[in-house]
Amino acid sequence: MATIEIKDIIKKENLVYGKTKILTDNIMHYCPGCSHGVTHKIVAEVIEELGIQDKTIGVSPVGCSVLAYNYLDIDWQQAAHGRAPALATATKRLMPDHYVFTYQGDGDLASIGAAEILHACNRGENITVIFVNNAIYGMTGGQMAPTTLLGMATATSPYGREVALHGYPLKITELIALLPGVAYVTRQSVQTPAAVRKAKKAIKKGFENQAKKIGTSFIEIVSTCSSGWKLSPVDSNRWMEEHMFKFYPLGDLKDSEKANEEDYKKYIE
Amino acid sequence: MGELKLMKGNEVIAEAAIRCGCDGYFGYPITPQSEIMETLMLEKPWETTGMVVLQAESEVASINMLYGGASCGKKVMTSSSSPGISLMLEGISYLAGAELPCLIVNVVRGGPGLGTIQPSQADYFQTTKGGGHGDYQVIALAPASVQEMNDFVGLGFDLAFKYRIPSLILTDGVIGQMMEKVIVADHKPRWTDAEIQKISGTWATTGKTKNRERHVVTSLNLESEKQEIHNHHLQAKYREIEVNEVRFEEFQTKDAEYLFVAYGSSARICQKSVELARAKGIKVGLLRPITVWPYPTVRIAELATKVKGMLAVEMSAGQMVYDVRLAVNGKIPVSHFGRYGGVIPSPGEVLEAMEKFIKGGK
Repeated sequence: MATIEIKDIIKKENLVYGKTKILTDNIMHYCPGCSHGVTHKIVAEVIEELGIQDKTIGVSPVGCSVLAYNYLDIDWQQAAHGRAPALATATKRLMPDHYVFTYQGDGDLASIGAAEILHACNRGENITVIFVNNAIYGMTGGQMAPTTLLGMATATSPYGREVALHGYPLKITELIALLPGVAYVTRQSVQTPAAVRKAKKAIKKGFENQAKKIGTSFIEIVSTCSSGWKLSPVDSNRWMEEHMFKFYPLGDLKDSEKANEEDYKKYIE
Repeated sequence: MGELKLMKGNEVIAEAAIRCGCDGYFGYPITPQSEIMETLMLEKPWETTGMVVLQAESEVASINMLYGGASCGKKVMTSSSSPGISLMLEGISYLAGAELPCLIVNVVRGGPGLGTIQPSQADYFQTTKGGGHGDYQVIALAPASVQEMNDFVGLGFDLAFKYRIPSLILTDGVIGQMMEKVIVADHKPRWTDAEIQKISGTWATTGKTKNRERHVVTSLNLESEKQEIHNHHLQAKYREIEVNEVRFEEFQTKDAEYLFVAYGSSARICQKSVELARAKGIKVGLLRPITVWPYPTVRIAELATKVKGMLAVEMSAGQMVYDVRLAVNGKIPVSHFGRYGGVIPSPGEVLEAMEKFIKGGK
């Protein structure tokens, strides 16, 4: 019987999967189980597949993904907390042939940056927004976010979020979907291979929409924060599926190929 | 060259922006400077030069749009008035930290708080002593005429790109609202992509090509030693600007025994007060800082060996006077006269203040 040696297997023709060149070799600072790593990877893969590395400008937020520029080999602007959509607005308007995306967490996008994201989307800026929602402030040590679920314990809601004290969790993606300037709004996740594939397809569509100039594309990724949630990576995924998906159901909220003005007329009639 | 026009100070800011090849204006309405964006929207430069004009949702968004646009190596600007500039300070600190060139116009009104819509010069500290967080400076140009409003738009951009620093035009409701003759510059085309590559190609986010590393525009440095090195670099740049870019104007200082020190509209008033004083036989002159940062410290120190006293005249409770005192360093008496909260002093009351100062009063 002939022995098969490892060098016979490691051949280009046998390669079924490889790391995209858009992803750098820098070791990620994200915690084990964090959704950022996978989300970064699929954004990078989309950029490579579309062949737009030299035309893509990323805008990173303040939060755990502030250092996203260390991991994707494209030009980056690092924004002040919440202001990424303002940077992206100017960048896209001044360089309309470029692909511009913001990458923002829920504290950045839905709390301090609520005005910037709503107005950028309402103007229908031809940008792609990647919104990573893990219902907590990860970087500053697990404080309550606008998206924190009721009853969820965080560093600033240690007895669980309650309405009387903290108000309701904010479904900002549903708000965004109401805006005529927005072409595509979807909510995805990355906890299983199937979910990753769907999320990647959504992100790709978001980038392709920029070439069509049909308005803003907004992709929420419902995510885990095992450090902030104080759960193991596996338990975090389970908790997300059981609790987060109930309040933040997955799927498309809006998918429009039509002119935005038509959409607006629908509202005023 | 150029074209003679009769224009408002605010309008000429807009006209000069279009004519100097500005790529983008991002702003939010606030009195007394709304004519700047109104003029731009009327002129529709996007149809002629391709300049982008956008009314943002807030001053916070405006200044961050500048950060995005400036990151691309584009000539971008905003304008506002005092409360709006307060909102922008975080963004200005980020722009300074990331070394982004841009132009900010502050048509100052009276404060604090919502204050008044009338002219004031009470934003001197905010402009020259940081305002936002961290050790930073912006180049601050203080026009005293509508002509200078025109000239400082181009100059502001030139200095901003020369040093990779935000430039700020520190003016007020007087200069912004008054009409004067002005020679506006000839049209300069906007920079081409190739020109942007030549000017800012080593750092701007124009898309990562195969022949270069990715460009990251950020003000973040998590390692404090590296952040200190970056601060050393900024401070070295500021010292260089202090040597090279001080601008001021002197009026009747040659034989002067006493000096007004005033900038912007106060300097225009003081100029008249000098004439009134001279008619009474009092030898008074005027030093007008054109750049309030960098400040004409060296020249004021020289003049302190020649005159008997200096009176800083500002439409504030006394802010620039501290820089005069630092320059004079105790050699001669220095005092301050100001009307504020939106009140403009008359040349007569400024002269009276000088006469009191000369007599040894305050």
